[in-house]
Amino acid sequence: MAFLSRNPQLNQHGELQHLLTIEGLNAGMLRHILDTAESFVSVSEREVKKIPLLRGKSIFNLFFEPSTRTRTTFEIAAKRLSADVINLNINASSQSKGETVLDTVDNLAAMQADMFIVRHGQSGAAHFIAGHVSPHIHVVNAGDGRHAHPTQGLLDMYTIRHFKREFHNLRVAIVGDVLHSRVARSQIHALTTLGVPEVRVIAPKTLLPAQVERMGVQVYHDMAQGLKDVDVVIMLRLQNERMRGALLPSAQEYFKSYGLTQDKLALARPDAIVMHPGPMNRGVEIDSDVADGRQSVILPQVTFGIAVHMAVMSILAGSKQ
Amino acid sequence: MQLPDAEKMVQTMAQQLEPYLGANSVLVGMHTGGVWLAEKIHTLLSREVPLGTLDVSFYRDDFSQSGLHAEVAPSDIPFDVTGRDIILVDDVLYTGRSVRAAMNELFDYGRPASIILAVLVDRGGRELPIAAQVTAAVLELAPNQNIQLNRDSQGLLALSLRQTTV
Amino acid sequence: MKIHIRGGRLIDPKSGIDAQRDVFIAAGKVVAIGDAPHDFHANRVIEAGGLVICPGLIDLSARLREPGFEYMATLESEMHAAVAGGVTSLVCPPDTDPPLDEPGLVEMLRHRARNLHQARVFPLGALTQKLEGQRLTEMAELHDAGCIAFSQADAPLTDSNVLLRAMQYASTFGFTVWLRPQDSFLARDGVAHDGEVASRLGLAGIPACAESIAIARILLLMKETGAKVHLCRLSTRDGVDMVREAKRQGLPLTCDIGVHHAHLSEMDIGYFDSNCHVIPPFRSLRDRDALRAGLKDGTIDAICSDHAPVDDDAKLLPFAESEAGVTGLELLLPLTLKWARDMGVELPQAIARLTTEPARVLALNKGVLAPGLNADLCIFDPEECWKVVPRALRSQGKNTPFQNVELAGRVKYTLVEGAVVYEAGEAKAS
Repeated sequence: MAFLSRNPQLNQHGELQHLLTIEGLNAGMLRHILDTAESFVSVSEREVKKIPLLRGKSIFNLFFEPSTRTRTTFEIAAKRLSADVINLNINASSQSKGETVLDTVDNLAAMQADMFIVRHGQSGAAHFIAGHVSPHIHVVNAGDGRHAHPTQGLLDMYTIRHFKREFHNLRVAIVGDVLHSRVARSQIHALTTLGVPEVRVIAPKTLLPAQVERMGVQVYHDMAQGLKDVDVVIMLRLQNERMRGALLPSAQEYFKSYGLTQDKLALARPDAIVMHPGPMNRGVEIDSDVADGRQSVILPQVTFGIAVHMAVMSILAGSKQ
Repeated sequence: MQLPDAEKMVQTMAQQLEPYLGANSVLVGMHTGGVWLAEKIHTLLSREVPLGTLDVSFYRDDFSQSGLHAEVAPSDIPFDVTGRDIILVDDVLYTGRSVRAAMNELFDYGRPASIILAVLVDRGGRELPIAAQVTAAVLELAPNQNIQLNRDSQGLLALSLRQTTV
Repeated sequence: MKIHIRGGRLIDPKSGIDAQRDVFIAAGKVVAIGDAPHDFHANRVIEAGGLVICPGLIDLSARLREPGFEYMATLESEMHAAVAGGVTSLVCPPDTDPPLDEPGLVEMLRHRARNLHQARVFPLGALTQKLEGQRLTEMAELHDAGCIAFSQADAPLTDSNVLLRAMQYASTFGFTVWLRPQDSFLARDGVAHDGEVASRLGLAGIPACAESIAIARILLLMKETGAKVHLCRLSTRDGVDMVREAKRQGLPLTCDIGVHHAHLSEMDIGYFDSNCHVIPPFRSLRDRDALRAGLKDGTIDAICSDHAPVDDDAKLLPFAESEAGVTGLELLLPLTLKWARDMGVELPQAIARLTTEPARVLALNKGVLAPGLNADLCIFDPEECWKVVPRALRSQGKNTPFQNVELAGRVKYTLVEGAVVYEAGEAKAS
């Protein structure tokens, strides 16, 4: 009965005006963002790391959920674009006084905001905010509940493209708590959209969402089988609550069946790369010697992050009103 | 209008640039036409001069109106800009805004000793106080005419004219 | 007041009438159908050409939000919404604040409702004290105060022994127990159907088995206790199958669905539309189709509005934080008509699901238009299309997933005990 309106991320010209989720963006748009990110990498290697593209624009980091890493990446990226950045940790102040999400957003919009970077504990929060701001304000989802983390997904695609060049001939395995992971959902959408022929999820049944195969992935419960001949291994972080929530018995048992060790990595292709969106739990999802080993690309992921964030903000800021 | 032969004009530009060459000279082409020109000129010069390329998309002054260009190529300046005599090469000099953006970008790389501008075509219509030191051809065009440098599959350069809606 | 309703198409499912018949009303009752009684001089003639006259609708669940939740809606506004929707009798769940577990509260509510002279209110009494699922309420006293049956509303009753005893006790007096089949542990924290859409959107899911497991428990306890049970708001295919089988075995079971569930599925959540946040959730298309078919073949006895007005602020939140519920009194009739049209169900059968069937569930002599009975009528235009504009709804709940949708079926007049309590085209003061 309720008809689906047009994609809320695109304006009427088909340009990206918000980045809320990778779902619904076509391959061309994703490649455009990755290509643009590549041009920003060289900026980071210069002496003067700033370009004047977003000078005069105000970017507000609205973090309803704390995060130093993500927030810092957005902040550095925004400053390299010469934008003004204001950081707001909402949980501290007004939310506890009962101010609603919309009140906060309205107050900030009145302060001449051009862009909101939003991280929130509820799925759908970024869509919600994007649906309520005036048309000239752009919203970037920095992570909403379990739903999406599009910039992380894009960054992971950038990393894969950097090391593997092409998507159309890859086998990618995502290992771990897919059920609770917004990063995994974004990665799955990006990989399938970019034409990766085999996307695998490897996890115990308790950590997989219902009907996950409908998202275009193959399901494995046996890590040895799941890692066979894989080109990219993405390890997801396991949180402590999962043990308390009757989803897993212990971290030790989890590591035994689903932790990445050298032995298990050897089942993948010899030139397979290992990624982890971080922060890592050494000894729970990944062994230290793998994390620090030659196949791990965890550190370069951080460098590419700034370029990807710069690309996203530039493309959004440049879309027509 | 009879358009000049671009390949012949490249020869002219290389000849006219010889007096400017020195120990600290470098050649920087502006994407995309200026890069093609700079590459050809590079082979024609009497001495070996470092070659760089510049994409000015991030320094343009029309970001708010036009947004980010669809194709952004990375700038590649494989030498230290500080103290260099830069020969900036572009295909068409019109309003002067692209050159302004290029100079801003070069200064973010370092402090050059000097910059001179070499262009294939000067079509007038300057909106900023910018001038070229080396010009292969001066053409008078209407505002609704667009002149463009093209490169074919053999690598040969040629100019073309197009009507636009102003 | 003597009223003559002239030229309308009378549909009375009980008697099987579906023909043009005039209706004559006096002293709050229907006095004749067809020909005027001798010496009948009408004070008012209602021209019903092109309209359908049917028994007033009986809504098996409408939250009036009083006492306790007046910031969401008041008795006045919701009763007004009810008659605007053609509803002349409604059942309200006991989850008010305080819950309806004391005879005094029930009397007060009925008294307030009666004084508004609109629809007739039949409250459900709380099955357990404070709805906490531990101690039984004084069901006999509550029944005397006017409770028509007993219910836990949405509150869980996890202790099977308490449920057993509650059903046993209710059945001692012949009272029906109304239960929402939802296993509270499986449904805990869930906000959407545990399936493809919730997985994509990252919303915590309520699996279908939360309903079927609860139904299984209820059916077995029914066999144990002999209690009569009404299942409120089915949402799954499995649930419909289990009810069908239980009825085949002769268990004293009835059930209903919310009219929205006959139309919407998990797909309608779209981009996190909090107007689709309801409990039980909108499930898969397969589930929805099973509900539509179950309503047609009679496995599902009745259709109700499940009216739950929610204030704007409570819906203007990220999906999982928003309050669950849809506003429905004014949409009950047109949405039922739409279901009927989609499923090839004739108008009298559709109207039965809103009149005679709910009356049967309630064991009331209502939902019938016959001489000698109360003149509770709904007169509507089945063809008139109107756009659902939330601001224009009389309910204080503007929370509907059908905003801006065009629906056919407009109530023109509603009569309760022979008085015109609603007339389209004017804001009728109560």
